[in-house]
Amino acid sequence: MEPEVIAKTRVSNKKTAGKLLIIVVAMFGFGYALVPLYDVVCQVLGIGRFADIESGKYDPKAQEQLVKDMAANKDLTRNVTVEFITVLNGGMKWEFKALQKEVVVHPGVMSTVDFYAKNLTGRDVIAQAVPRILPGNATKYFTKIECFCFTQQIFKKGEARNMPLRFMVSPALPKSINTITLSYTFFDTQPVALK
Amino acid sequence: MSDHPTGIKRWLFTTNHKDIGTMYLWFAFTMLFIGGAMAMVIRAELFQPGMQVVNPNFFNMMTTLHGLIMVFGAIMPAMVGFANWQVPLMIGAPDMALPRMNNWSFWILPFAAIMLVAPMFIGGDFMAGQGPAFGWTFYEPLSGQYDKLAFFIFAVHLLGFSSIMGSINIIATILNMRAPGMTLMKMPLFVWTWLITAFLLIAVMPVLAGVVTMMLTDKHFGTSFFDAAGGGDPVLFQHVFWFFGHPEVYIMILPAFGIVSQIIPTFARKPLFGYASMVYATAAIAFLSFIVWAHHMFTVGMPAAGELYFMYATVMIAVPTAVKVFNWVATMWKGSMTFEVPMLWSIAFVFLFTIGGFTGLMLGVVPVDFQYHDTYFVVAHFHYVLVTGSLFAIIAGVYYWLPKWTGHMFDIRLSKIHFWVSAISVNILFFPQHFLGLAGMPRRIPDYALQFTEFNQISSIGAFIFGGTQLLFLYIIIKCIKGGDKVSDEVWEDAKGLEWEVPSPAPYHTHATPPTVK
Repeated sequence: MEPEVIAKTRVSNKKTAGKLLIIVVAMFGFGYALVPLYDVVCQVLGIGRFADIESGKYDPKAQEQLVKDMAANKDLTRNVTVEFITVLNGGMKWEFKALQKEVVVHPGVMSTVDFYAKNLTGRDVIAQAVPRILPGNATKYFTKIECFCFTQQIFKKGEARNMPLRFMVSPALPKSINTITLSYTFFDTQPVALK
Repeated sequence: MSDHPTGIKRWLFTTNHKDIGTMYLWFAFTMLFIGGAMAMVIRAELFQPGMQVVNPNFFNMMTTLHGLIMVFGAIMPAMVGFANWQVPLMIGAPDMALPRMNNWSFWILPFAAIMLVAPMFIGGDFMAGQGPAFGWTFYEPLSGQYDKLAFFIFAVHLLGFSSIMGSINIIATILNMRAPGMTLMKMPLFVWTWLITAFLLIAVMPVLAGVVTMMLTDKHFGTSFFDAAGGGDPVLFQHVFWFFGHPEVYIMILPAFGIVSQIIPTFARKPLFGYASMVYATAAIAFLSFIVWAHHMFTVGMPAAGELYFMYATVMIAVPTAVKVFNWVATMWKGSMTFEVPMLWSIAFVFLFTIGGFTGLMLGVVPVDFQYHDTYFVVAHFHYVLVTGSLFAIIAGVYYWLPKWTGHMFDIRLSKIHFWVSAISVNILFFPQHFLGLAGMPRRIPDYALQFTEFNQISSIGAFIFGGTQLLFLYIIIKCIKGGDKVSDEVWEDAKGLEWEVPSPAPYHTHATPPTVK
């Protein structure tokens, strides 16, 4: 092959490689862009943590109004079973349970259930409970008025205590749902640096 | 002939596409046996219910490393090896576009592989299973709890670097170094499939690098992408992972389509039927692969609209794939067929890959998937497309081009035994797994309920035969390299393509003056 052809090919090879490298960098960025994108999609669909927001988790004033409206429409003829599941993440050495396995409630009526936790790890722990409601489409009809999952819980070594959950099921809950399962997973936040 | 360095330096410093292709293929072959040995441990444990051979954690480590090694160590490097050997030969280029980077992208691989398996040997008790044991899909939050996660993450980073550099090289070679007259639509189909595969790799390997980087910062630097305790979401992990993962499965199969599309016309003695439609079908599959990822996660609790969209988009992939299968069949139709060894493997590929494609369709249907999700049906499905699909095509390609590489014909009697024993035993191995899955046996478990025993025993017997037979393949290759009947430049009767115009064995430097393409 003539030297000038070789030189020309070499230049175009470098140019092609450069352009492709831009795609590579852009796609690495796109991977990260999927994180906020996922949030947007969840918001549009009202799922994930956004279902929680609709149930009034982050706005005390809106929640107060919501609870008032729900109480005004309370339905004492309808029974909804609420079951509680407690999970410890990754072999965390705790005792954690709901003092009642399940309760039967009426929509629009406030209920309180106590959860019991004991720190058996042998050190102080800052723990975070993460709730999950099944079926998923019941999430926005389940309003937690007071919950130990709203804040991180500090447990000294060996400390044990009861933690209350006050909640109300909305009268707007679809008729097809008669049982709601509330699952709490407790996380030891130690692996997560404190912010 | 010694116009190149000899001994170890030849292999360490080589920039020759044939040397690098050979190294890729040997690396893939080594990994095939390591990953295969792990599969043997899995099948030995599953031969009977109860725990016999290894403990559950070791078992989980075996399934994890078997998957990772086969995907990133065996199938992908073997395909890159073919690309290195064949793309320059087939398009009339003297070498790859960026030879020095080519060397680098290979030599990263052994170190990545060592990093991947090293945790198995670090710590006290080997039999406790200290390596990664969270499945090849490394779902959060389980993977985030693994104390030696950084080994895995950096191994994936290195594998990503290697694949990206390899892909850049292949694209630059194909776009800039074709012989005069070799227009894009005259390129052999193997070159086309690799061009598209390389673009897929460039698009998704960085996303994989991104997701493992998120895991790294979650674990060690206090971010909470996936850590629910800090407000993250493990389901997000699955979305990002499968955005990489679904194109990845086409990365493993498209070059296989290319290999088979070279072999079938040769032994049917007809040009490939529907060449242009093959090219467009490949491109269509590649495009669709980006918009179907969530069909791997139908059971996470998506809204019905999402499930329906991903179902329809998934099932749509059957259209371009069927175009390919029908084109292969139409190529054979009324051809002057002969059944040389590469052709046997290719026909087995068409038949068995189609079975894997059909079970894929079944899994793509949402209500059905709820039943099949995470059962042995899924295992049977992806082994039909990856073993009797990708691996069979790789073996077919080795038999097809080995005489060109070595200048010798392989032992035909032994290679036919290799084919028939493999083709039968692979079905004994994987076909019963469909039934196990339909009956409800979950995947990734070391123990199972008694009623699954018989099918598991049949499957394990098939596995031992299939695994053992591949040692014969190794013997056939070594024998062929050492000697055998001399082959002509054309090797196969009336074979078409530039690679058959260079001497056999292919000299160290080929196409130094570009050939003319009519």
